[in-house]
Amino acid sequence: MVAFLHQLLSGLANGGIYASVALALVMIFQSTHHINFAQGEQGMFSAYVALTLIQAGLPYWAAFLAAVAFGFLSGAAIERLVIRRFAHAPVLTVVVVFLGLLFIINSLAGWLFTYNVQAFPSPFPPGLGNRYLSSHEIGMMALTLAMLGLIYGFFRFTSVGLAMRAAAQNPESSRLAGIRVNRLLTLGWGLAGVVGAVAAIMAAPIVYIEPNMMSGILLYGFAAALLGGIANPWGAAAGGFIVGVVENLAGAYVVGTELKLSVALVIIIVVLILRPAGLFGRAVTSRV
Amino acid sequence: MTALLELRDVGARYGAVDVLHGVDLDVVAGGVTALLGANGAGKTTLLRAVCNMRVRGSGSIVFDGQHVGKWPTEDIVRLGIAHVPDGRGTFVQLTVAENLAVGAHTRRDKAGVARDVERVYGYFPRLKERAGQQAGTLSGGEQQMLAIARALMLKPRLLLLDEPSFGLAPVVVREIFRILSRINRDEGVSILLVEQNANLALDVADHAYLLETGRMVMNGPAATLRADESIRRSYLGY
Repeated sequence: MVAFLHQLLSGLANGGIYASVALALVMIFQSTHHINFAQGEQGMFSAYVALTLIQAGLPYWAAFLAAVAFGFLSGAAIERLVIRRFAHAPVLTVVVVFLGLLFIINSLAGWLFTYNVQAFPSPFPPGLGNRYLSSHEIGMMALTLAMLGLIYGFFRFTSVGLAMRAAAQNPESSRLAGIRVNRLLTLGWGLAGVVGAVAAIMAAPIVYIEPNMMSGILLYGFAAALLGGIANPWGAAAGGFIVGVVENLAGAYVVGTELKLSVALVIIIVVLILRPAGLFGRAVTSRV
Repeated sequence: MTALLELRDVGARYGAVDVLHGVDLDVVAGGVTALLGANGAGKTTLLRAVCNMRVRGSGSIVFDGQHVGKWPTEDIVRLGIAHVPDGRGTFVQLTVAENLAVGAHTRRDKAGVARDVERVYGYFPRLKERAGQQAGTLSGGEQQMLAIARALMLKPRLLLLDEPSFGLAPVVVREIFRILSRINRDEGVSILLVEQNANLALDVADHAYLLETGRMVMNGPAATLRADESIRRSYLGY
């Protein structure tokens, strides 16, 4: 029973990471209708920024904030300098651009920080842990949940958040309401960059840091986003927690750790076959 | 009388296709101006050209003394031009109340916005009943009302209306046009109304223009156009 609870809770803790990555993917998907394949690498690079600053002697949380700010600025810059130029390009072109970004950021990280696997510190005091969860897992779960809550509040209760939802749904009509759609698009990429950066920094103490650290996590993030519904940010976040639990339980009791990653692929395929709109996805209906 | 909106020699094209040629048009402050014409005459394009939306325009477009021809849509709108586009531009996944809040995006006077929400609900009580409902679930007539209500939340000086009667039952159309007249009278909002239904438009308009295949062929007081023999036969059907 203890072992089972441990697997369950630690799955939820990992789920916070997947939920964050899924949310970042959905945020960009909703406003651009593209999947940002480079989302994981953007987060990984931000984590390296944090590590570099920590190694340079900065306190953890100062480095954390600086890396998150870097995540925001680099996300906004990618939209402004690269993605915007492909706003009217065919889908396949954009997919290639995203894949290009993935490899560019990945190689840049390898070149700057080497491909060596390095340890990454956790900011949470060891005393937090109990027999079910390590202190990092508890802190990580609290931090990712708090972040999801903040993002939810931002979209739900602020006028900028409302304008972002409007701009994602109907950019033309938003412009007619005086909304500066392009600016909000940049802001959205920045916010997705923040969410991705936090996810990577929280994941790094567990998976260790190296340029490919996010490849598996991004796959789980995709699975979570599809499971919850790519058109529904909160469904995608819920999908993250479900995927985290399923992954852990399947890894412990069904397929074994070596095949854990294929669980994500199985989820993706099953969802696409059985319920393409996702568990919480609403097929958008409208009367005319 | 001064013109609030003044178009001179305006042309517009989508890609390589010319749609408007040398169009002149004035919207008098405080009045209702109708723009009539058959399907494909370029009426919608003219409204889009005013807001610099989706078309490449030429010529001069002056709103309240400002040359807005090359401005981005958002900035033109912020001068006080509210455009109710064809298709109504509803934010289908937002609630009715959220749609109105989006309409008030450019405003910072919270108390004024709250008052205006109540005022537009006064014009359209049915929207108030459905305030918390997803806008995509509204009927066509309700969505048209919502589009007009959303436009009013901008506190516009000029309201551009693109075929508000399109696809609606006659009884709903009459209701909407009655409310539009009231809005024009009570709020002092000038209106540029694009309509295929010439009868309806000439009822509410003071002045009307007739567009044929991208060129302005006639304009004058609404009563004059109504009395014109050729207009009667081609556009009014009696």
